Amino acid sequence: MKQFEALTRKDSQPVRYLIVDDSVFARKSLAKMIESFGGELTGEAGDGCTAITEYARTKPDIVLMDITMPQMEGIEAVERIVQEHPEARVIMVSSVGYQDNILAALQKGARHFVQKPVKPDALYEIVRYVLNDDGVTAPVCAGEEESR
Amino acid sequence: MRMDLIQPFIGSLDTVLADMMRSPAKIAELTMEEEGYRRRGVAAIVQFKGQIEGRIILDMEPRAAAQVAGYLMGGDIDPAEPIVPETVCELANMVIGNAVTQLNDRGFEFKVLPPAVLTEEQCAGTGQDSEATILRFETAAGNVHLNIGMRYHARRSREKSPVGV
Repeated sequence: MKQFEALTRKDSQPVRYLIVDDSVFARKSLAKMIESFGGELTGEAGDGCTAITEYARTKPDIVLMDITMPQMEGIEAVERIVQEHPEARVIMVSSVGYQDNILAALQKGARHFVQKPVKPDALYEIVRYVLNDDGVTAPVCAGEEESR
Repeated sequence: MRMDLIQPFIGSLDTVLADMMRSPAKIAELTMEEEGYRRRGVAAIVQFKGQIEGRIILDMEPRAAAQVAGYLMGGDIDPAEPIVPETVCELANMVIGNAVTQLNDRGFEFKVLPPAVLTEEQCAGTGQDSEATILRFETAAGNVHLNIGMRYHARRSREKSPVGV
């Protein structure tokens, strides 16, 4: 897999991620992408309930959250996480990308949406945008990155 | 069965396969079946409910599924590894997700349930309620079958949707 310019926090530590998806395959695939972004995986969850617990335990910088999951779906999990942790940065990652779903997720506090199949380049740009927007990372210009 | 409702699933599988297998896939055969589905390789089922109800079954030759898994995981994957059925489930999820996104944009409302690996017991029950369209796609790594069985609820659509479909 292509290696990306490492996204790091302002304290030079790797960006920390929580992956929430009921598919083991999807979790492994996203974990590979995170590795290529220079990130650190703090935890994984296969449903919304576990995601809430894992978020409180690990306090990641970014949550990658599926929508369709057993027990508790992603949109409800986002709402619960953001209620308890308003600083949470959740990016929805789902194959179902119709407007109602996206809107519902954003209204509940998600920061962005990416449709499956996930392209590493697209996810990298979205993660970078969300982190820069919150001042978690120092901005990296696309031109800077290419010249490295 | 309405072809305008099936087309998004075909287009979606075509796109997902081309993306995940890094080679074109072509439709080699189209058949209709009313009997229970006979699994050919590693198969996953995803159900959906709403104005259109039904399910799709994505059935891949193990070699083809292993190729996709290997591509995404970065390495060679043995077709017998547990990640292979998981891969088919996730591909089925992508296919149905992309298709229902297109249908939703046309005014249909439905909910997608999580995918599951298709067991022999489930196969026996897949033909009981509706006729299914089965498409065979040829890829460089083997055949991929897409089985689409759905029912369109015209009355429910008129009650709930302002869109004239």
